[in-house]
Amino acid sequence: MANDIFSVKIGGMAGQGVKAAGLLLAKMATRSGYQIYTYIEYPSLIRGGHNNIQINISSRGVTAPRQTSDFLMALNQDTIDRHGENLPAGAGILFDTDGNINVPKSEKNISVFPVPLAKLAKDSGGQELLENTVAVGATLFLLSGNLKILQEVIRDEFAGKEDDVLSANLKAAEAGFTFAQKNFSGKEKKILASKESARPVVVNGNEAVALGAIAGGLQFAAIYPMSPISDILHALAAYQEKFNYIYKQPEDEISAINMCLGAAFAGARALTATSGGGFCLMTESLGLAAMTETPVVIVEGMRGGPATGLPTWSEQGDLQFALHAHQGDFSRIVLAAGDAREAFNLTRQALNLADYYQTPVILLIDKNICDHSQSFANLEDGNFEFYRGKYTTMPNADFQRYALSDDGISPRTVPGTGNFFLANSDEHNPVGFSSEEISDRRAQTEKRMRKLATCAVRDMMAPELFGDPEGETTIVSWGSCKGSILEALKTLKNVNYLHLTWLSPFPTEAVKERLAKAKRVVLVEANFTGQLGNLITEKTGIQIENRILKYDGRPFFPEEIAEKIKSL
Amino acid sequence: MSSSDPLNTLCSPTWCPGCGNLAIWAAFKKAAEEKKWDNTNSVMVAGIGCHGHIVNFVNLASFEGLHGRAIPVATGIKLANHKLNVFVFTGDGDCLGEGGNHFLHACRRNHDLTIFLHDNAIYGLTTGQTSPVSPHGFLSKSTPAGNPDEPLRPLSVAISAGATFVARAFAGDIPKLAKLMISANDHPGLAVIDILQTCMTFNKDYTLNFYRENTYELGPDYDPTDKAAALQKALEWGEKKIPLGIIYREEKPSFESQIAQIKEKTLTEVSPAGRNLKDLWEKYS
Repeated sequence: MANDIFSVKIGGMAGQGVKAAGLLLAKMATRSGYQIYTYIEYPSLIRGGHNNIQINISSRGVTAPRQTSDFLMALNQDTIDRHGENLPAGAGILFDTDGNINVPKSEKNISVFPVPLAKLAKDSGGQELLENTVAVGATLFLLSGNLKILQEVIRDEFAGKEDDVLSANLKAAEAGFTFAQKNFSGKEKKILASKESARPVVVNGNEAVALGAIAGGLQFAAIYPMSPISDILHALAAYQEKFNYIYKQPEDEISAINMCLGAAFAGARALTATSGGGFCLMTESLGLAAMTETPVVIVEGMRGGPATGLPTWSEQGDLQFALHAHQGDFSRIVLAAGDAREAFNLTRQALNLADYYQTPVILLIDKNICDHSQSFANLEDGNFEFYRGKYTTMPNADFQRYALSDDGISPRTVPGTGNFFLANSDEHNPVGFSSEEISDRRAQTEKRMRKLATCAVRDMMAPELFGDPEGETTIVSWGSCKGSILEALKTLKNVNYLHLTWLSPFPTEAVKERLAKAKRVVLVEANFTGQLGNLITEKTGIQIENRILKYDGRPFFPEEIAEKIKSL
Repeated sequence: MSSSDPLNTLCSPTWCPGCGNLAIWAAFKKAAEEKKWDNTNSVMVAGIGCHGHIVNFVNLASFEGLHGRAIPVATGIKLANHKLNVFVFTGDGDCLGEGGNHFLHACRRNHDLTIFLHDNAIYGLTTGQTSPVSPHGFLSKSTPAGNPDEPLRPLSVAISAGATFVARAFAGDIPKLAKLMISANDHPGLAVIDILQTCMTFNKDYTLNFYRENTYELGPDYDPTDKAAALQKALEWGEKKIPLGIIYREEKPSFESQIAQIKEKTLTEVSPAGRNLKDLWEKYS
């Protein structure tokens, strides 16, 4: 399958620049007129271990990783041992002749390309650290790429760094390219021959969240570092002065969400991000946001749990947690993005929703979205209208911050306006004064709960259906499974895919209607218990018997989904 | 609490008769009246505990959050609108138990906040358990055989962590406390006042008489800019050995004064709508 996609895998130890080489090659591909999807595997350590990145290149959009690769760039023996055997017939292996690497003989017509990476790196005036750049240069020749484009990419990447770092990298790329040209001429494949095409946007999910937040009018972010979402804070920290918002690193996730609540209470659009463990700490203040009706967006990048679990691998195990975290009943909006583009648009919208409904909005993404770059023609799904709902800074002597209303939303004001009000964690009356009266308790609880019903009518989107609407089999899933399911659909007949992004409020009628049309429904999820499947049963009464579940941290590959659907 | 006082609300205080919180409330209103702290320029943040009820009794916009979490909420408010006077009301359990980590890091970062630590050395609202500042041997419902833990000296922690205005007051002396509250708020950077107060109902050790007999005012000879000496002073506690007044003061840029984005306008004064991301699209292509 997928013979219109060419996959390059680069492997080595942490610290050998595997990711950097992959991103260089990815950018090279998009600048040469192609679309890409990158997939990264790495352990939770800084030096050693095994890192690898797969760059999937095609003339059409690519949305998923592949189980096999067509070209292996091995910076160490481990890479050959782990990935050498899985190469399909006709694949190529580029490896370091200086690294005592042994490539076992294969009967699958594998081409081997030995390159003295360490020597060429040293000759370029750099240290061994440049081996990755040499390897990219050599690979580029073997894929018929244009050296000038690579050098342009390197110039962009190293802009602002010292001149000798830039010139050493340029030399290293050229040395690799020239070596391959001299020694392997005639063996190159036409994969990266440059062609005219509009330059796509290339982002991973973390960057997409940061960009979506900036576009959505973010004014304050407090994020404690945690895999796999740290790149969100890196991007937000970089652009804060340019776009006039503040990113603050707090002492822990409890502080992160409380700082956001303080900033939002004072009128700033606020967002925090974390993974499951950090969200556990934030749970305490999730209900504080709901009770004080203070807007906040929480981006939760899921990884394998429980506890420290699988810090650098993916899972969709936090859906039911996000839906139920905290004591008591309150309205929460829970959204889930299926790829980086959705992450951009949902983050942008989440800031509007939080402001409008004055309640917490949780956006679920997962490691596969966080870390994996994908090219898109653009990120913006339509125009964005910035709105804040019932927000006022006009002085009013009788301001009622928690006034009752049919839609569940009260007028909101901020300190410094002259208005008196209390944001109160205790149950309260319409002004905000603590109250344990039956009438206040009932009225305020009912008001807070009405928000979800309003949201379901005003903002909730129906799930999107991909593929043949008449298909007899409907796959239902969410999150990063989307990309692999879409790739799998290309090889399946009579199958469509129902992709859910709104989980609270839940599009009960739309899901019910769609699933009723299918002869066979198949649930695909990356968790043990089938958390979305259970939610669908809770909301619609529909039990999904066919469940393809995975909880080993690895993504679903299109090949395995297609195979499993066919075998049902 | 005459209803003609514009700083009063329609709610009457619910503290026990003789509670130190009544005096802290009175002192704060006195300071507010003098400095014209009102709803155009000030905001209160409280944690949970008897102290936290104060937000119901002062006519200033306020946020009553969760136990231990007043300081990060206040930090967010200050960053969003640094022109506001941000007053944090917190208790000894709230600030030093549940919220210890936030206290430490707020001091370290020198946020321009004014923290009033209602310190009665007991958990009052949960009807009398030992707190992080209760003395060794203290008898309470949670330590019926006597407290085996040593008490924390909160001001030594504040000085070590980097707070730049560190003071102690006795709630019983309302005029002095009010004056100190004003000085603390005038200070650019993190100011904390450890306010010794009674809990008539549950703390039978730290009575009015105990404080009257054992506290003393730091005199004009005392130099609050000497950090080592201040640390020593902050550790002092015992018979006739509880110092009151400004223990440590340092001039140092506040966190907020170092942030380029809020040099002129507050974050909330600039609309975030309609940003142009053109440069970023180029960077990510």
